Amino acid sequence: MTSIPMEYYLVLSGFMFSVGIVGVLIRRNAIVVFMSIELMLNSANLTLVTFSSYLGNVTGQVFVFFVMTVAAAEAAVGLAIIIAIFRNKLTVDIDKINIFKW
Amino acid sequence: MYQNSTEIFQMMPFIIIGAGILLSIAVEMSIKKSELILPWFSILIFAVSAVISIAGIQQESVLFGGMIAAGGKAAIFNFIFNVGAALVVLNSVDYIKKYGTYYGEYYILVQSSVLGMMMMSGAKDIIMIFMGLELMSICFYVLAGINRKKFSANEASMKYFLLGAFATGFVIYGIALIYGTSATTKIDDIISGFNRLITNPLFVAGFIFLLIGFSFKIAAFPFHMWVPDVYQGSATTVTGLMSTTGKTAAFSVFIIILAAIFSTHSINKFTPYFAAIASLSMLYGSIVAISQDNVKRMLAYSSIAHAGYMAIGLAAGNISSESGIIFYLAAYTFMNIGAFGIVSIIEGENDTQLGISSYAGLGNRNPVLAAFMALFMFALAGIPPLAGFFGKYYVFIGAIEGGLTWLAVIGVISSVISVYFYLRVVVYMYFREPQEEIKIYSDNLSLSAVVVSGLLVIIFGLFPDTLLNLITSALIR
Amino acid sequence: MVTNYIPIFLVLLAASIFGAAVVFSSRIFGPLRPNKVKIMPYESGKDPIGTTNERISIKYYLVAMLFIVFDIEVIYVYPWAVEFKKLFAQYGLFAFVPMFIFLVVLELGFVYIFMKGGLRWD
Repeated sequence: MTSIPMEYYLVLSGFMFSVGIVGVLIRRNAIVVFMSIELMLNSANLTLVTFSSYLGNVTGQVFVFFVMTVAAAEAAVGLAIIIAIFRNKLTVDIDKINIFKW
Repeated sequence: MYQNSTEIFQMMPFIIIGAGILLSIAVEMSIKKSELILPWFSILIFAVSAVISIAGIQQESVLFGGMIAAGGKAAIFNFIFNVGAALVVLNSVDYIKKYGTYYGEYYILVQSSVLGMMMMSGAKDIIMIFMGLELMSICFYVLAGINRKKFSANEASMKYFLLGAFATGFVIYGIALIYGTSATTKIDDIISGFNRLITNPLFVAGFIFLLIGFSFKIAAFPFHMWVPDVYQGSATTVTGLMSTTGKTAAFSVFIIILAAIFSTHSINKFTPYFAAIASLSMLYGSIVAISQDNVKRMLAYSSIAHAGYMAIGLAAGNISSESGIIFYLAAYTFMNIGAFGIVSIIEGENDTQLGISSYAGLGNRNPVLAAFMALFMFALAGIPPLAGFFGKYYVFIGAIEGGLTWLAVIGVISSVISVYFYLRVVVYMYFREPQEEIKIYSDNLSLSAVVVSGLLVIIFGLFPDTLLNLITSALIR
Repeated sequence: MVTNYIPIFLVLLAASIFGAAVVFSSRIFGPLRPNKVKIMPYESGKDPIGTTNERISIKYYLVAMLFIVFDIEVIYVYPWAVEFKKLFAQYGLFAFVPMFIFLVVLELGFVYIFMKGGLRWD
């Protein structure tokens, strides 16, 4: 059984990252946008783990722990913000949340 | 492990702020009247931390197993963060009563964000940059929407959160690629292998992602779209914190990464990128600010322009422009905190009295406030002999030394444009009759914060050379 | 290279054929005599009231959010636990100190939530 080359993982993570970016740019539901951001973070995690495994250097995996923790904290804060908005406005559509104009 | 007493001394700012956060949490949960204790406690720990940081400026040491550097330029940055945050806290005590309900978390979050900034400015390891950035940003997301019942705060908070997290995605992906190509997370190792790594397209891609992510955080032009809304919607004191110390922290990362590259490699490979964002931010910020009637929003656009002026120094990338940026950051922090302090004093309940018309006739009604507002506006516009002028001057000199005269010329042009909207406020204060009844809340604590910022701006303007020499010597070491 | 994936494709193919067969065989072979009671959702039980896409208040969202944060902290305890024998041999009782500090900070957060009434249920 030959091992899977590193490029495959990198292409996959690059693809995930692109999907995340496109999701942030075109979706209008705040929660979906947030999920796309999480996808971007996870693609970075995949890259880190891949490199860590192929370089035989454990720092990358430790870094993934930190990224996961930060992502969890961000998720908690983000959901709290979205709930606060929903309580005031009963919507999470980011096109309808635009009282500021220049 | 730590026999050296200097190292223990230089660790103290981190330990004081960290222990202060834990203690504040304990106070907040056990004492009902925490609003009487927490602001003063925060100011105390910020002051102690600032003094210790600046006392250790002469010696640079690496702490926490090679993770954080203290002393040198990190000491200057820590001083800016701590003094800036202390002024913001002083400004907040009365403002919060006007703005809405008191939440004790406010002060805890300010302390945590300062800890994050200190982690960023001293980082010796990319992990530290990332952790510091996130500690700061997550606190800012919450602070922006601290009054959860107010929809404008909700909106600001969500826009800041979504775009900030988007930028974080870029930063972390860039870091992942940099780690993968250089096989290390130590900044020093990455810098020493920079010439070899720069030929690797993955490394370049990672570096560009990192630059884009931080360009979001400094609010430079193509990545500025969150700035006006977030600065307008957040509580004014929070805006003062985000626009000054937050920007300084993001710039400190640019400086610690790029300064090391510049000092070992003569050619600055990122000049085109920084020149582009610098020129666009300066012109965009200055031109759009002209049409703003809301002072908070005007200051937000001016903050984009100021990010542009500072980015000139990154484009030039020599020692004199680096120290120019640090001087500019210090000056900008205090003049902007002062300006936002006055905006927070003038501001009425429920986001009223933020328009420029509310400043009409202020020169007669409240001469002290008007005089300080005029001082900050002149300083922001870059009129000598105030701190803002020397900030711009040093950065432009650095750009000319680095062969980027055209960028300095654009900088001067946009400074001239920006004089219009800064002086407009002054004209309103002294030469217009008030249209409406304006009630200004007496607010001695905020006024004292404004006075301190004003004095710092004047001192920086009177003794720029001393300060610049201090910064340059810290950078070279 | 591609040959390595053939078993996966075979499994995918077999699974989809099996799934399709199970779903459609009853449609094809079974008798189909619908009446009003039979086509109701929940054939035996109460008549349905109102629409199905109603918003349900999720009272425990706060608990869920807190869970996300506290749940993830365990990943720091695992590596420490795995390496603990080595750490203990090297540092003695000091091996407990870093994790103790970490957990104290974490528990302070938990106590804060508790005192602030974040876990109150009503």
